[in-house]
Amino acid sequence: MMAAAQTHRLTSGGLVDRSAPLSFRFDGQTFSGFKGDTLASALVANGVKLVGRSFKYHRPRGILTAGSEEPNALVELRSGARREPNTKATTAELYEGLEAASQNRWPSLNFDVMSVNQLFAPIFVAGFYYKTFMWPAKFWEAIYEPAIRRAAGLGRAAVASDPDLYDKAWAHCDVVIAGSGPAGLAAALAAGRSGARVILCEEDFVPGGRLLADGGTIDGLPAAEWLARTLAELASLPDVRIMTRTTLFGVYDGGTYGAIERVNDHLPSPPEHEVRQRLWRIVAKRCVVAAGALERPIVFAGNDTPGVMMASAMRSYIGRYAATPAKRIALFTNNEDGWRTVETALGAGLQVAAVIDARAEISPAHRSLASKSGFPVLHGSVSSVDGGKAGVRTLSVSLTGGSRAEVEADGLAVSGGWNPTVGLTSYHRGRPKWRDDIAAFVPDGAPPGMVAAGAANGAFGLGACLREGFEAGAAAARDAGRSGSAGSMPVADDEAYSLTPLWHVAGKGKAFVDQQHDVTASDIELAQREGFESVEHLKRYTTLGMATDQGKTSNVAGLAIMAAVAGRSIPETGTTIYRPPYVPVAIGAFAGHHRDENFHATRLTPSHHWAAEQGAIFVDTGLWKRAQWYPRAGEKDWLESVTREVKAVRSGVGFCDVSTLGKIDVHGPDAGAFLDRVYINTFSNLAVGKARYGLMLREDGFVYDDGTTSRLAEDHYFLTTTTAKAGLVMQHLEFCRQVLFPELDVQLTSVSDQWAQFSIAGPKTRDLLKEIVDPAEDLSNEGFPFMGVREVSLRGGIKARLFRISFSGEMAFEISVPARHGEALVRNLMIAGAPFGVTPYGTETLGVMRIEKGHVAGPELSGTTTAADLGLGKMMSTKKDFIGRVMAGREALVAANRQVVVGIKPTDRARRLRSGAHIIPKGLTPGPDNDQGYITSVCFSPTLDQWIGLALVERGRERIGEIVHAHDPLRGEDYDVELCNPVFYDPDGGRQRG
Amino acid sequence: MRITCPFCGERELGEFTYLGDAKPVRPAADAGEDAVYDYVYLRDNIAGVMSENWYHGGGCRAWLKVTRNTLTHEISAVEPAAGAGAAKVGA
Repeated sequence: MMAAAQTHRLTSGGLVDRSAPLSFRFDGQTFSGFKGDTLASALVANGVKLVGRSFKYHRPRGILTAGSEEPNALVELRSGARREPNTKATTAELYEGLEAASQNRWPSLNFDVMSVNQLFAPIFVAGFYYKTFMWPAKFWEAIYEPAIRRAAGLGRAAVASDPDLYDKAWAHCDVVIAGSGPAGLAAALAAGRSGARVILCEEDFVPGGRLLADGGTIDGLPAAEWLARTLAELASLPDVRIMTRTTLFGVYDGGTYGAIERVNDHLPSPPEHEVRQRLWRIVAKRCVVAAGALERPIVFAGNDTPGVMMASAMRSYIGRYAATPAKRIALFTNNEDGWRTVETALGAGLQVAAVIDARAEISPAHRSLASKSGFPVLHGSVSSVDGGKAGVRTLSVSLTGGSRAEVEADGLAVSGGWNPTVGLTSYHRGRPKWRDDIAAFVPDGAPPGMVAAGAANGAFGLGACLREGFEAGAAAARDAGRSGSAGSMPVADDEAYSLTPLWHVAGKGKAFVDQQHDVTASDIELAQREGFESVEHLKRYTTLGMATDQGKTSNVAGLAIMAAVAGRSIPETGTTIYRPPYVPVAIGAFAGHHRDENFHATRLTPSHHWAAEQGAIFVDTGLWKRAQWYPRAGEKDWLESVTREVKAVRSGVGFCDVSTLGKIDVHGPDAGAFLDRVYINTFSNLAVGKARYGLMLREDGFVYDDGTTSRLAEDHYFLTTTTAKAGLVMQHLEFCRQVLFPELDVQLTSVSDQWAQFSIAGPKTRDLLKEIVDPAEDLSNEGFPFMGVREVSLRGGIKARLFRISFSGEMAFEISVPARHGEALVRNLMIAGAPFGVTPYGTETLGVMRIEKGHVAGPELSGTTTAADLGLGKMMSTKKDFIGRVMAGREALVAANRQVVVGIKPTDRARRLRSGAHIIPKGLTPGPDNDQGYITSVCFSPTLDQWIGLALVERGRERIGEIVHAHDPLRGEDYDVELCNPVFYDPDGGRQRG
Repeated sequence: MRITCPFCGERELGEFTYLGDAKPVRPAADAGEDAVYDYVYLRDNIAGVMSENWYHGGGCRAWLKVTRNTLTHEISAVEPAAGAGAAKVGA
């Protein structure tokens, strides 16, 4: 389709590349713009004034600003999975084929059914949610809220997941600078020349700030020339990095700054393997905030009519983009700076209909400009604008003295003065201070290491910006320890500002303060009448400043109006708390690459690849992937596989990778004494070459962790933890060693990743081991008794550790080899074990066998159980102090009616058990009063050929043989179980000792 | 936030784990239940300068005593725990 001609584009000037036309679509219509355009400037160049419908009233809206403060020109950018709602047309860079759609209108932007909301405006006032939809309560969810959500709102988020990549990166420097206007560039020059490492962040895609639109003369050169020269010098400095498309959005403790870099937002989609956005954490010794100032609107009736635009934004469109928002403009200003828009418009050959200046006096220069150019200067205020969706047509002006005038124009530039960008300096709960001379808030201090310069600090003149920026840059470099010369300071004149504050012009019709959230001046007056005077209440009651623009153009005007109606001064009224981020940051950027399978690290056991070859099913346990079971062809479900594995182990031999257990080497002359303090039982008397089960408490007396610890030498123990607590136990033991018991000469080393460890279990374990271990090693019961530990040589010479410990209750060894040999060991176990039918088994079989043996594990070590609850109370030494000893003796922790571990079997042998069911005494009604505990672990026991389980039951061990009721309201199951000895299998332990 | 580890230098917050007030001292074995109860459960909620236990788990695994202002997050001192470090001083 042919693109429409750019009817509102100047034939020369501006920073657009006329040799690079770009076609784009807005609401299905094809347009053309140029490289260097934003979507907004391209729409302006095509004469498009109506770009959106407002949030509540669906009023027609145009483009208000030319930057990231834009409240109105929000679009859905791109399509499909990349559709991004609420994108500011004013910052979206134009690219070939860009597709954007206006928001919050149906069926079309021009004819929007919901604009009838305007007729119901009286019910949409501040607080209307609370007032209108009070009752009946059930109508709220069913009718009111869905209806309101359809009627009021912004764009639609994409339904599909984001296909793009995001990145996170760190950067370190001496000085980070926010903003590349005159102040930021001067700061970068001074700091860079001094030898400082500088990062200059600019949210625009071109550095220069207001210089790009406003020009000026610096060091006797036109601004554009000075800018080019300065950028060339900065590029020549080795440690100055200019990051465009990058917004410094937050400041964090210790000189850490957050920045979002829109790496490829200016392209239809990122090139292959490239990220769309990158979240930077910048660590800087100093920060210069040269973020400039935002021009503020004046609130009057119809101030949201398309064609009403900030004066500086109009200059940007004309000066930087060579696009004319109107043919015949009027200016409404209360300060000298607004007049620059008239000068720019005249320079571009536009008509000036009138200047409405709220001040009593204007400068002689401007008076002569008016007479020379033939436009009237009206002293007074614009009280209303007529126009509607076609844009500004007529302005009503209240003249000083009381009479009225009308002005015909198709565009209105408004300047209410400038607000320094005080966000960054206020993010650590800083409150800006009021300056009467410029009628604006300026930073009052800043987080440590940060300073504001230039317009961000209330210095609006070009010369002042350069001076403050330069001085701040030089000081920042000095503070960062850089002593080079900053050279000479760029010099320019200061323009006059001379402002007479004006916030709100009384008039008939809706006068908008917050255009994005449709908050009007009368909403603020209403809030005040209803007692919501505090700015924090005002904000929440009216939602002023709570939209995606965070009230950048509206907050100060809102509180000025509140101050006026409450009869207070603006500083007395105060500001709300400023919070980051300065611009919206995509959640995807915060996540970076940490999504989906990369959400966290994945740890693989030494046997993982081999197990995957076998078709093992893996389960996530913390970061680990562990083989859960090894299905074989023809097996119909996990239960059949697990049953086979258990039987194979109990009748022959099997092995399981247990490398995930935490492993800690404990070295030093006081190693034994140290372990005595952290375990409830004693390790100092453990013989070298022996292992012992140990139980650790928290200092509050509850069980923390368990595992076996072996003594490998007089001064060397090898401790194991549960998989889940491996890191935490290491941290806890380091705390004990370094903080609680520094007098002990002991060192800890985590060796979890250094050893591959396998449990080999079953009556044929020795037969298999003999094929693996050097034949000279004595593995007999006499030569290697139960709980013995020894280093052995494997066939081929690799050294391994053998531990004769058993979790399964079978004759068993754990063998550990350096992790790099783990996979080879597994493959050799399979070859050597083939004649004995060796069977690899997973965590399910491990669990079944431990339940059959009544061993406690994670579900019983719940953080609410004591050693005695677990049936391990006798392990608590009375001859020494240890972590948790005193608190474990508290009344409630030793009460006779505690819930303790006991075995359970269903009275109906065929019944399946499920963990989580509550234990209720027979004949009593299930409920909290009669709840005596719950089932913690269950399994189908192939050995007993029925389901069995462990439970925590009040006085359970005194009630062996009692039939109780299992109540499972979650699954709707009720059945009887018998309390029994938790050791279901080989209760005297003969098999593991054999 | 950044903490200057006496062993590793200035490091980012993510490398550290917070435990809490470093003031309470573990009572002697014979101090009695009340003293241990105080030690385990009773903590001052300090608004201002406080010494805290931090663990450099993402670095050298040293426990550190960090003096931090809980109102401003300013860190004024970082010392290793008495038993931190590989070699015993004077051993």
